[in-house]
Amino acid sequence: MTMTTTAKQPLAFGNIARSNTAVGLFFMLPAAVFLLCFLTYPLGLGVWLGFTDTTIGRDGIFIGLENYEALARDSVFWMAVYNTIFYTLIASILKFGFGLWLALILNEHLPFKSFFRAIILLPWVVPTVLSALAFWWIYDAQFSIISWSLMKLGWIHSPINFLGDPNNARASVIAANVWRGIPFVAISLLAGLQTIPQSLHEAASLDGATGWQRFRFITLPMLTPIIAVVMTFSVLFTFTDFQLIYVLTKGGPVNATHLMATLSFQRGIPGGQLGEGAAIAVAMIPFLLASILFSFFGLQRRKWQQGGQD
Amino acid sequence: MASVEFANVRKSFGTHPVIKGVDIEIADGEFVILVGPSGCGKSTLLRMLAGLENISAGEIKIGGKVVNNLAPKERDIAMVFQNYALYPHMTVADNMAFSLKLKGAPKSEVDKRVKPAAEILGLSPLLDRFPRQLSGGQRQRVAMGRAIVRDPQVFLFDEPLSNLDAKLRVAMRAEIKELHQRLKTTTVYVTHDQIEAMTMADKIVVMHDGLVEQIGAPLELYDQPANLFVASFIGSPAMNMIKGKLDPNDGLKFTTENGVVLPVVKAPESAKGRTLIYGLRPEHMTIADGGIPAEVVVIEPTGSETQMIMRVGGDLITGVFHQRISAKPGETVGLSIHAEATYLFDAETGKRLA
Repeated sequence: MTMTTTAKQPLAFGNIARSNTAVGLFFMLPAAVFLLCFLTYPLGLGVWLGFTDTTIGRDGIFIGLENYEALARDSVFWMAVYNTIFYTLIASILKFGFGLWLALILNEHLPFKSFFRAIILLPWVVPTVLSALAFWWIYDAQFSIISWSLMKLGWIHSPINFLGDPNNARASVIAANVWRGIPFVAISLLAGLQTIPQSLHEAASLDGATGWQRFRFITLPMLTPIIAVVMTFSVLFTFTDFQLIYVLTKGGPVNATHLMATLSFQRGIPGGQLGEGAAIAVAMIPFLLASILFSFFGLQRRKWQQGGQD
Repeated sequence: MASVEFANVRKSFGTHPVIKGVDIEIADGEFVILVGPSGCGKSTLLRMLAGLENISAGEIKIGGKVVNNLAPKERDIAMVFQNYALYPHMTVADNMAFSLKLKGAPKSEVDKRVKPAAEILGLSPLLDRFPRQLSGGQRQRVAMGRAIVRDPQVFLFDEPLSNLDAKLRVAMRAEIKELHQRLKTTTVYVTHDQIEAMTMADKIVVMHDGLVEQIGAPLELYDQPANLFVASFIGSPAMNMIKGKLDPNDGLKFTTENGVVLPVVKAPESAKGRTLIYGLRPEHMTIADGGIPAEVVVIEPTGSETQMIMRVGGDLITGVFHQRISAKPGETVGLSIHAEATYLFDAETGKRLA
């Protein structure tokens, strides 16, 4: 009897080891622990904090939707929402426009093509804080190189107040964000352009298509799946932007450039109102979900991509 | 429909010349095939005619009009690409109608042109499909349909059958030929397959290394090849080429390097005593008692004919026989050569002498 039981135990262990599901779960464990610790826990904590009145140094109590009710009556919060949407919308449109234009140029036969392709990535690989600091100098009220150049040219007589005037400040941070974001869009779209066979363009030009018609009827439709992916990422990056604003304006002047991310940080950390800051951050979730859903449906394989095989 | 003319056409990629002065005249309604090995410049020549490559020197005329500086869309030509180049995001109908839509043709006219073309090619039930949902042969037909709808001056085909399997290729060959007989549009067709060229063309242009080797009707090239290259390129299995010498005194006595005497019926006086290449097509010999002794190396029966590789002296010779052969490898048979169907080529220049 004892022999049979001892013989059974290694067998049971062998069964588990041989089961693909068990082995699969085992190997997934490190990744799962990582995700739980660094993604699910902070996100859950953030959502929870949003329902409490926690401040720095004092555990809060559950207060339900009070934070959100307060935010709904808070004009600064609504200004930040408006700013974020405006900032994302304008910056994404500009990034798409310039990025596509750049990708089309780089897809042509240019001298030093690979050099230009490499250099185009520069704004993207420089740490944001560093490029933001550089822009800070470029936009300086007294020492701005732009103001200086324009004054030397005699076009203006006094320096431009880039970051001091609300509308100038908005335009300035958008310009900096666009500068930083173009490479990602351009390189991704360039990769997409290169998957379009040259013979399609040749066939279209024999069919009588002008350059614009080739772009409109061949390039653009074949590029849409890639555009959908790239622009979703671009929108997500832009919507959650923090570093650039924080270095350049800290949300000023008079909250004119506050985005939801910077406002959340300001209320939560320097302001100490962790609960309220978390509530602002949580308020970003619906917007992000909406853009992800938009791309999910946009990304679904087109009818022409389905069926058959090559 | 129009005639096409190449006059001393040249093309270089950088300093590297790929077309080295080509003259071809193609009559209105003719089906001309450019054939040659890979890299001979035939596809480049076709793309120059289409306007997809610029012309370094010389003139290309379509319908008597020089088109050197015309954009592809102004040349009124339609091209079928090797990979078909169908627009993947358009249905079959839209693919075929694309050129008409670009011209702004009304829907009624588009239908009037697309429907009959689809009918001719058997594409009517497939008009709403996307290219991905079609088989290779169907895609090939759509590519042809797109060309037919245009009703162009000239059809260009760039190795259109090379992506199809052998059986389908034979079927499409007949279909393209039939289509040309029906539409009578001037056609320029590029292939590296000499059988395609022989079976379909009114006129074949054999190209080699950026130059035209010979232009002529299929059987003309087969019967009277101008040089060694054409002789070896046209015909399958390829012509046997045997090196040897013509006797200095007896102008009709050809001795191979291995000392075998082969029959010659005519040779120019100047060829006497020179080193020559003796050309013998595999189909121009029979097995007969008392012939030249040949040792059988390999026998390949195919049913309708038997292909046999034999050693004559030291030279390997391929023969195709319509009779059934009972010989085994290693045995010796007697080979009777049809002397009147043999050729003599200059060993140095490759030119045919007789």
